[in-house]
Amino acid sequence: MKITKLIEKLNLAVFNSGLDKEIEKFYIGDLLSRVMGKAETNCGWLTIMSNVNVAAVARLVECGCVILCEEVQPDESLREKMESINIYLLGTDLSAFELAKKIVESVNE
Amino acid sequence: MTEIVWRFDVEGNNFELAGHASQQTKSRLKQIGVNNDIIRKVIIAMYEGEINMVIHANGGVATVTVQPNLITVVLADTGKGIENVELAMKEGYSTATTEIRELGFGAGMGLPNMKKYSDDMTIDTTVGEGTTITMKFKI
Ligand SMILES: Nc1ncnc2c1ncn2[C@@H]1O[C@H](COP(=O)(O)OP(=O)(O)O)[C@@H](O)[C@H]1O
Ligand SMILES: [Mg+2]
Repeated sequence: MKITKLIEKLNLAVFNSGLDKEIEKFYIGDLLSRVMGKAETNCGWLTIMSNVNVAAVARLVECGCVILCEEVQPDESLREKMESINIYLLGTDLSAFELAKKIVESVNE
Repeated sequence: MTEIVWRFDVEGNNFELAGHASQQTKSRLKQIGVNNDIIRKVIIAMYEGEINMVIHANGGVATVTVQPNLITVVLADTGKGIENVELAMKEGYSTATTEIRELGFGAGMGLPNMKKYSDDMTIDTTVGEGTTITMKFKI
């Protein structure tokens, strides 16, 4: 599903816009070592980490978008970095689990 | 092509720049047409090593050498050194502070991952003098 479609279907906040990629997979995680090893190219990454290191990892794994869960607000340095690397930075009030459920439901619609 | 060498300075405790050397290496390996699976292994291992120099060693130098059948990544710092290498290699062992953990690091998986993703890894360290880690990847 295209990121713009995800934003609409899941009612996500947009902290930064980027390339409107096709998202095929999702990964949930906060430990950057794990995310580096496990997240795949063009995935949607659900996390509660909001600091600038998220951008470095997002760029290295070439993820499609980052979704901050549980009402987490991004640090300004993260938002700026995401802008410079042109990757969508999104947000939701839901927990990663609740958002994952919603994603599965919307894919099956 | 016999050999290409890239050298990057890694600044200590600077999280705005952390990952830069790995990102540059990734772009350049792509440019010269190295297989994506190999790039992934190199970059996962190198990023861990780069972050270790940022958080544990007050920075250092990363050198990447590409030869026809081998990529070598050397991470050299003049930081505090590793007191007990065997312990440091254990999954989950970390001396990282709470602040560092809040940044998403300090899971104690760095060195084990570097070992796992490289084909060969050696650690040369002296307490008070520094650490040099050499990782080799077959192409
Ligand atoms: N370059 C280094 N200089 C000094 N100590 C290091 C270095 N790299 C690793 N260490 C030590 O080894 C431990 C384990 O490293 P690692 O497996 O990467 O875990 P983490 O970085 O999450 O603590 C670190 O907590 C630190 O004490
Ligand atoms: Mg580490």
